[in-house]
Amino acid sequence: MSSETKQILTTDGIPLEVSLKKAEKKNKIKAFLLVAPLLLFLIITYVFPIGEMFSRSIDDKMITNMLPKTFKEMEKWDGKELPPEDVFKAFYYDFKLLVEKQEHGKLGQRLNKEKNGFNSITKKLFRQVKRNKIDEGISIKEQIMKVHKRWRNVEYWQAIKRTAPPYTLAKYLKGMDMYYGADGSIAQVDEDRRIHRILWLRTLEIAFFVTLFCFLMGYPIAHLLATLPMKYSNLLMICVLLPFWTSLLVRTASWMILLQQQGVVNDFFVMIGLVADDSRPEMMYNKVGTYVAMTQILLPFMVLPLYSVMKTISPSLMRAGKSLGGTPFVAFWKVYFPLTIPGIGAGCLLVFILAIGYYITPALVGGASGTLISNQIAFHMKQTLDWSFASAMGLMLLTGVLVIYWIYNKLVGVDNIKLG
Amino acid sequence: MSKNPEFVKFDKVDKSYDGKVLVVKDLQLDIAEGEFITMLGPSGSGKTTCLMMLAGFETPTHGEILLDGNIISNIPPHKRGIGMVFQNYALFPHMTVYENLAFPLRVRKVEKSEIDKKVDKALSMVSLNGFESRMPAQLSGGQQQRVAVARALVFDPAVVLMDEPLGALDKNLRESMQYEIKHIHESIGVTVVYVTHDQSEALTMSNRIAVFNDGKVQQLSDPAELYEKPVNSFVAEFIGENNTFNGEVVDIDKDKCKVKLANSEILANPISVKSKGEKTTVSLRPERALINPSDKMDNMFTGKIEEVIYHGDHTRVRLNLLGSSEFILKVPNSTSNLELKVSQDINIGWNSTDARALDPK
Repeated sequence: MSSETKQILTTDGIPLEVSLKKAEKKNKIKAFLLVAPLLLFLIITYVFPIGEMFSRSIDDKMITNMLPKTFKEMEKWDGKELPPEDVFKAFYYDFKLLVEKQEHGKLGQRLNKEKNGFNSITKKLFRQVKRNKIDEGISIKEQIMKVHKRWRNVEYWQAIKRTAPPYTLAKYLKGMDMYYGADGSIAQVDEDRRIHRILWLRTLEIAFFVTLFCFLMGYPIAHLLATLPMKYSNLLMICVLLPFWTSLLVRTASWMILLQQQGVVNDFFVMIGLVADDSRPEMMYNKVGTYVAMTQILLPFMVLPLYSVMKTISPSLMRAGKSLGGTPFVAFWKVYFPLTIPGIGAGCLLVFILAIGYYITPALVGGASGTLISNQIAFHMKQTLDWSFASAMGLMLLTGVLVIYWIYNKLVGVDNIKLG
Repeated sequence: MSKNPEFVKFDKVDKSYDGKVLVVKDLQLDIAEGEFITMLGPSGSGKTTCLMMLAGFETPTHGEILLDGNIISNIPPHKRGIGMVFQNYALFPHMTVYENLAFPLRVRKVEKSEIDKKVDKALSMVSLNGFESRMPAQLSGGQQQRVAVARALVFDPAVVLMDEPLGALDKNLRESMQYEIKHIHESIGVTVVYVTHDQSEALTMSNRIAVFNDGKVQQLSDPAELYEKPVNSFVAEFIGENNTFNGEVVDIDKDKCKVKLANSEILANPISVKSKGEKTTVSLRPERALINPSDKMDNMFTGKIEEVIYHGDHTRVRLNLLGSSEFILKVPNSTSNLELKVSQDINIGWNSTDARALDPK
């Protein structure tokens, strides 16, 4: 009893706990210094870029910095009718400054994204300001409203007010085919223009089926690998790993050779009389091509975790199952299969997450109906240069993966995953 | 009900894995109902292969195995109804103790209440009541072993096979488990076929022991006879300790023969020698040779002590006797103990009936 509460001292009278901490402090510092480079590396290459991506995806500071006085005055405006003289005045001075800096064009482009028609009216206003046609002595509101009739339309001023906050979620909404409506509420884009949602669903669908195909094909292979004698299993293992060592591009290209309409597979089908020569099925530039190529490419990621788990299952367990009266199927289903679940979990998670962000293969063999969300991200990074939108979609993908991981953890338990 | 003396029968069984070497050669073995029979032998002697053939995991290359008069060579393992305890226990790690024990009953579609009853009975047999909901990993090695034994018995099999089940346990636990398994066998009367390479385990537990070597049963007899009357020098060597002399028979009559060693002659009991001039290995248990024998023994020699090793309950003395410096003597620890000093000369004697002239090594 008393020994629990009584402080234990070392021989020189220092409390044991203190002494222990002191003795271990050096080791702790050493351990930290050992992992410090990796920690630094992670921060520089992972945490920092993702943070940068996030801030880029919600950043809307450009226009906030362009029209500081306007937004200040607009705070007093209720946004229902045309703004008062003060707002027009503030806008005029902000605009004049932009004209001097020759940045008015950027403003026009930015506002045009918010509401069509801004580009031309800012250009008109620019010409008036350039020629000093605006008399600062009288009502600026009246003069601006005379420049173009849209300046008299309250919707355009509402659009300016909406751009006031330095941060916006507009890019995320766009990624889900939604946008901020005129009154600031969230609205859906027209049905025939909803491309992103289709892409997200297609990405999930393809990732799911690729995972399923990999599992169905990988399980028997892994079982064979784990049970064959060493000399055969090594050869089979090399067969599994060989594609792994070949460039992704080369593998995808070889699938293109196999699957195209004049390709090897189609030639074979025609040869055995399965299809007529003039109606060769299209197996590339659509979902079929994406499924086939991605399944083949991701198969090792399923086989390896399964193999490493199956290798640890003692063959005597199956024997025990059989000797106790279970048919081979019962012994497999009740004894062997439950023990491979950690490997199945690891393999499926690995393949699914890799598939969901796959890029090169769908880009090459996917065609129009086989491209995935990652291809759309790449498109915005390289073609439209809308980096903030690409960042937003990238983060949505990352969040999606994290959500899947979370659900997975709830269902299977991460502790049950065994990667090898 | 009379016991079937040929409950399990190996009839001229051969087994080869690669078509070149026979691991089991012409095995002829009858096991009586309710018997505890041990297959004993060094590793690679074919004993485990025999067990696997009986369990159905290996098929005989030639010959038949019969269980209660029926040929079982073509019956798959799960239909044989033979319980088996594996070397590494082979408990299902993802099932609780209860589920492990219920497995053989569930696959037989036994009712839930009946399962509960049988599992409870099997667990009380190995005194593990209250462990139903534990996972195998939460049990000690000895407890896992007991669960494995209970699981092999829970569905009332006619035969239980045990493949070196105590190999992974420490010495004390092994000994207590030996008694426990023996008592379980005695109380329920199941036929047990036990495989081990540990001779003391075999001697402790079995009704009969089949000593395997080189794919053949060298001797099949009860423990006492196996120890006292080994029929060949392999068995003599493998079971217990023995002192050997290699020599040549120079004179032989009905129950005595004279064997000429390198530079002396000893009297021995002719077991597998028939005529003069045969080479032989004479085997003598260390405890059968006495120091300063009081009664008249027909072999009396003087040897020099080379080494004295204290073992607690007995002292082992290594002697230089009859030209061999490997002669071992076991002296029981008693109050009237002799002073044993290295390089002292002592008189040794033994009866010729205990010195068995066997086949030459």
